[in-house]
Amino acid sequence: MNFVGDENILELNRVVMAFGGLMALSNISFQVKRGMIKAIIGPNGAGKTTLFNIITGSFSPTEGKIIFKGLPIEHLKAHKIAQRGISRTFQTVELFGNMTVLENVMLGCHTRIKSSFFSSGFQLPRVRRREAQIKENAMKILKFIGLVDKFNYNAGSLPLGEQKILEIGRALASEPELICLDEPAAGLNETETHVASSLIRAINARGITVLLVEHDMKVIMNISDEIAVLNYGQKIAEGSPEEIQNNRRVIEAYLGSE
Amino acid sequence: MLRIGKIPIAVFALLIIAFPWVAHEIPSIEHYTDIMIFAGIYCLMTMGLSLLMGYTGQISIGHAAFYGIGAYTSAILTTRYGFNPWPCMLAGMIVTAIVAILVGAPSLKLRGHYLAMATLAFGIIVYIIFNEEAAWTGGPDGMIGIPGLSLFGFEFDSIDKYYYLVWTIVFVVFVFTTNLIQSGIGRALRAIHVSEPAAGAMGVDISRFKILVFVYSAVLASLAGSLYAHYLNFINPSTFDLFFSIKLLIMIALGGMHSIWGAIIGAGLITFLSYEWLHYFEEYEVIVYGAILLVVTVFLPKGLAGIPGIIKSWFRN
Repeated sequence: MNFVGDENILELNRVVMAFGGLMALSNISFQVKRGMIKAIIGPNGAGKTTLFNIITGSFSPTEGKIIFKGLPIEHLKAHKIAQRGISRTFQTVELFGNMTVLENVMLGCHTRIKSSFFSSGFQLPRVRRREAQIKENAMKILKFIGLVDKFNYNAGSLPLGEQKILEIGRALASEPELICLDEPAAGLNETETHVASSLIRAINARGITVLLVEHDMKVIMNISDEIAVLNYGQKIAEGSPEEIQNNRRVIEAYLGSE
Repeated sequence: MLRIGKIPIAVFALLIIAFPWVAHEIPSIEHYTDIMIFAGIYCLMTMGLSLLMGYTGQISIGHAAFYGIGAYTSAILTTRYGFNPWPCMLAGMIVTAIVAILVGAPSLKLRGHYLAMATLAFGIIVYIIFNEEAAWTGGPDGMIGIPGLSLFGFEFDSIDKYYYLVWTIVFVVFVFTTNLIQSGIGRALRAIHVSEPAAGAMGVDISRFKILVFVYSAVLASLAGSLYAHYLNFINPSTFDLFFSIKLLIMIALGGMHSIWGAIIGAGLITFLSYEWLHYFEEYEVIVYGAILLVVTVFLPKGLAGIPGIIKSWFRN
C-alpha cells in the first residue's frame, strides 16, 4: 500500500452505458492511482459489474472516455485490453473446468505467446522451449497462490474458495499492471475470505494496482486505500474508508433514508 | 487427458503400413484397401471438423462444398488447361481458404450458431453451381479424364500405391493437428469452447482463432477433394451434396468429436458402412444413419472414443 504514486493508471471520464432505455451507468468519472487498492461498492444493481465489463472491453461504453496508462482504450476489444495490461476475474467463476489447474494458469499467459499456426503444428523447437517456459512460469504462480499441490486437478473439481483463488492466479499469469477483481470473497467462508484478502494484499505488494468490487465490508475496509460508491449507476461518494463509513449518502443508499 | 502418447501413434503408423499386406492375404477383404483410400480421404475432413466442432464448438454444414471446390479446381485446371496436378491441388487449397474466409468471417465474428446457417446456405449454393455451370463443371454429368498422380516419375497408379500416398498425408495431418491441439493454440481453442468472456479477458483473440480453425478445416476438405478427384479420375456433383456434409457430421458424432482418434474411427466406420456393409438396406440406408446418430447422441454423447472413459468409471464404482 506504500507504492501509491501520483500517476493515474486508469481514468474514467464521464462514462455512460445505456442498454436500450436503461441507464446502467450515467456520467461516471474516477481515477485509480498506480499501486493502490481501490474498491467499488454499492447495493445490488448499482452497475459495478457493468463498470468492470466496460473497463475490460466486454462492451464499449455508450459515451465517455477510458484512459489506461495515458491511452484511450474504450474502443478496444477484450483481448487487446488484456494485452495492454488489464486482467480480471469474474463474479460467477469462469474457469475452464475441463482443463487442469495448471492449464488454466498457462492459458493466462496467452497474451505473451506469439506462436504461429505452422510453428505450433510442426512443433518447432522454439515452440517447445516457450511452452516449457510458460509451464515454469505458471508453476511459480501456483506456488504464489498456494495451489501448487493441485496443479494436475481438474479446475472444475476444486472447492469454490480455491476456484476463486485460481481465477486470480490465472489473471496474474498475464502479468497485468491493473487487476480487476469482481467479488473475490463472494460465497467464501471466513477462513477462505481471510486467504483471499491476504492474497490481494500480496498481489498489491508486487506493485500491481487492484480494482475491486466486493460486498464484504470487512474485507473492503481492511484492504482498500480508496473507495468509490455507486448507486443506480451514479457515483454518490468517493474517499478513504473512514470518509465513506461516515458519509450520509452512502448510509442512506444502503439502509434507506429516515 | 489430451496428451497423445508416442506408443498409440506408433501403433497407428504400423496399422497403416500393415493393412494392405494383411488384406492381400485374405481374399474376402482384398478390396478393403480400395475402401481404405476413401476412409483416408474422409479422415482428412473429419480431423479438421473435429478441431472445429469438438474443440472450438462451431458447427459447419457445408464442408461438402469445400471438398467439391478442391475436387473441381483440380479437375478443371488439369483437364482443361493441362496443368500438373500438384500445383492444381495447391491452387484448390488457396481458393478454398479465400472462400472460407469470405463465408466464415462474418458469422464467426458473432457469438452463437450463425456459422451453421451460413455454411448450410453456402453448401446448397455451391452444389447448384456445380450442376448449372456446365461449361466449366460438366453439369450433372460431371467431368472425366482427370489425370492420376505421379511424383518424380513415380506413378501412383495402383490401389496400394495410392493407399500409401493418401495415408501418408493423413498421418502427417494427424501429427500436425495433434501438435496444434497440444500447443498454446489448442489451449486457446478449448478455452473459447468453455467461456468466450473468460478467454477474451485472458487475451485470446476469439474471432481470429475461430476463423483460423474454420479455414484450416476447409483447406483439409479441399485437399481431400483433390485426392478424391485424382484417384477416381471422374467426379460429378452428387458426391458434394448436402447429405455428404451431414454424413461428415455423423462420422465425427459416432467417433467422438472431442477426440482426434474419434475422428479417424468415425470416418473409417461410416466409410465401410456406406461402401460395404449397408448395401443390404439399399435406399433405406439413410434411416440407418439416422438411427446411428440417434443412438450415439442418447447413449454415447462422447462417441466411440468415449467408451474407454465409461468403462474406467464402471470399474471405479
